[in-house]
Amino acid sequence: MEIKRGTPVFPGVTIGPALVLDTEGYRIPQRFIASEQVEAEVERFRQGQAAAVLEAEDNRRTVSDKLGGQYGAIFTFHVLFLQDPTLQQEIISAIREHGWAAEYAVSRVMRGHAKDFERVAQGPFASRAADLFDLEKAMLRNLLGHRREQLQHLNVPVVVLAHDLTPSETAALDPAMVHAFATEAGGRTSHTAIMAGALEIPAVVGLGKFLTDVSGGDLVIVDGNRGLVILDPDDETRASYEVARKSFHKFESGLTQLRELPAQTRDGVRIALLGNIEFPHEADHCLERGADGVGLYRTEFLYLGLQSDPTEAEHLDAYLRVIRALGPQRPVVIRTLDLGADKFATPSEPANHERNPFLGLRSVRLCLKNLPLFKTQMRAILRASAAGDVRIMFPMVSTLAELRECKRILAEVKRDLDAEGVPFNRQLPIGTMIEVPSAAIMASQLAREVDFFSIGTNDLVQYTLAADRTNEHVASLYNPADPAVLQLIRMVVAAAEQQGITVNVCGEMSGEPMYTLLLLGMGLRQLSVTPHNIPEIKKLIRSVSVEEAEAVTDEALRLETGRDITNFLREQTRRILPEVVG
Amino acid sequence: MNGGPLRRTVTVTNPMGFHFRPIAAFAQLAGRFQGNVTVWKGDRRVNGKSPLELMTLAAEQGTELTVEVSGPDAAGAVDALAEVLASPGQEDEPEPPLPLKG
Repeated sequence: MEIKRGTPVFPGVTIGPALVLDTEGYRIPQRFIASEQVEAEVERFRQGQAAAVLEAEDNRRTVSDKLGGQYGAIFTFHVLFLQDPTLQQEIISAIREHGWAAEYAVSRVMRGHAKDFERVAQGPFASRAADLFDLEKAMLRNLLGHRREQLQHLNVPVVVLAHDLTPSETAALDPAMVHAFATEAGGRTSHTAIMAGALEIPAVVGLGKFLTDVSGGDLVIVDGNRGLVILDPDDETRASYEVARKSFHKFESGLTQLRELPAQTRDGVRIALLGNIEFPHEADHCLERGADGVGLYRTEFLYLGLQSDPTEAEHLDAYLRVIRALGPQRPVVIRTLDLGADKFATPSEPANHERNPFLGLRSVRLCLKNLPLFKTQMRAILRASAAGDVRIMFPMVSTLAELRECKRILAEVKRDLDAEGVPFNRQLPIGTMIEVPSAAIMASQLAREVDFFSIGTNDLVQYTLAADRTNEHVASLYNPADPAVLQLIRMVVAAAEQQGITVNVCGEMSGEPMYTLLLLGMGLRQLSVTPHNIPEIKKLIRSVSVEEAEAVTDEALRLETGRDITNFLREQTRRILPEVVG
Repeated sequence: MNGGPLRRTVTVTNPMGFHFRPIAAFAQLAGRFQGNVTVWKGDRRVNGKSPLELMTLAAEQGTELTVEVSGPDAAGAVDALAEVLASPGQEDEPEPPLPLKG
């Protein structure tokens, strides 16, 4: 069993056979053969092997003729390797003993050796792994012939594993057959990640090199909640995921009945349960699950992959689509651009290399340095506000001065629109995200300047504990229930209450059932979560009273370490609604 | 089988160690004999006809290797194979880079 950690881009858990797409797009299916066919399969392997040997000899001759004997010698080695008695014996035993199809046996055995060579990682020996992969391909080419299997023609559900998927490849995935995907490359804002949201299948990206450790057909778990890919899970892991998945499915089907019911606690306190979206069409995903509106509309996709900045019309078109889906009554909180400079290189302004991008020029800082871009988005948001309950939110504000600067620019844009006679909502609510510790500490000051707060827990946790959760060496420090984080959240809630403004939580913490009791107990009455998580959070809200949540919170806050708090919360949540805790 | 297996112990003198080209030459030659060919490094033994297994020895220059051959043609084989193992390699001829496409 091997556990790989990456960036989760769509939640959910899938257990299934891997479909590995290598650079040539070969698919190596794990097929079993009937016992009476085993000898025929061994013969098929021998023929494939013989054909690969002929091919390598052909190559040797051609290369020797063209380039000289010493180059041809490489293929001598290939010929020898393809006929290696040990390899041959291992592959044949794999076919006989496991009943594997020849392709799968070849792939498993050769990848096993290639991994050994990579491990020996010393000079010329390590580089021989590449030769083995080459030889594997040569054999597979000969075994599979032209029957290369296409993604479009899947007939069993699979988990797609790839170095990267192009947007068109991702778009071609059929969610009925592809139940999850995981890639070596990519990050949270990569196209692949964005497509995962549109497909609504569990997905993890940015796993680093791992494809050499898998063969097609191997059992793989993609845990889109935690950002894990588990290769060849042991029985215990598999069983625990299987149980969680089954009960989750059963639970989920019961959840659809919740759609029409309000997110209200047992003692009648109404909680605003909103959805986080990235694409306009996800507004439908929110409504299908009975959300009260959109609490976080990320607008980054508008900026990605374009040759030029999006126009005002492009912004407006996207916003109006969301409003049309939600209707004029439901709120939509539009967050202004929240990208790092690295993700935001345009032909006119290539990105400067930053040594510490998370402490660098990103998000609202970038917008304040690029006013035409900022104003274009503000104009579109204001214009959209004439059509529905639109609210604007600034991300990554770290000082009062920054917030005031944003507001000043917004006021300028309003004056421009007024002068042009363009309608907009003059009372457009303005909010700021609280995701930098300095903003949390100064929350009572900031509260006087805005209509609402939204706590972005992902960054708040990362900045407070100075820990990158995608870095395995420090990931354990990253804990939303760390007492330091909780103290900051309480300060923010208290500041908002004192000023009489609303406060929302829109990070992943709000979509994780384990923290729902705590958030309610700390006084939060608004949560914004991934559409997928809406039903279970609603179910949990409807299963507790505020009094109960407060009692749990009081006790949790008395604990001294994040780990103790996490364990306690998990236990308490399980007591109330066992199905939601994985 | 006439008599027991024959053995020779030699030291790897090739500055690049016992890999790639010498392994190819060794396995190719070993494959021509009928009997079993075994190579020992300390108490590790591998099939001398398998380049894959020979590579796992990762024998650098200065390593002592023992070649063991059984079977009817063992006598001729063991000397020839020991010679390949002990060969310093062709001087001034590094392993060629992979050919460019074309």
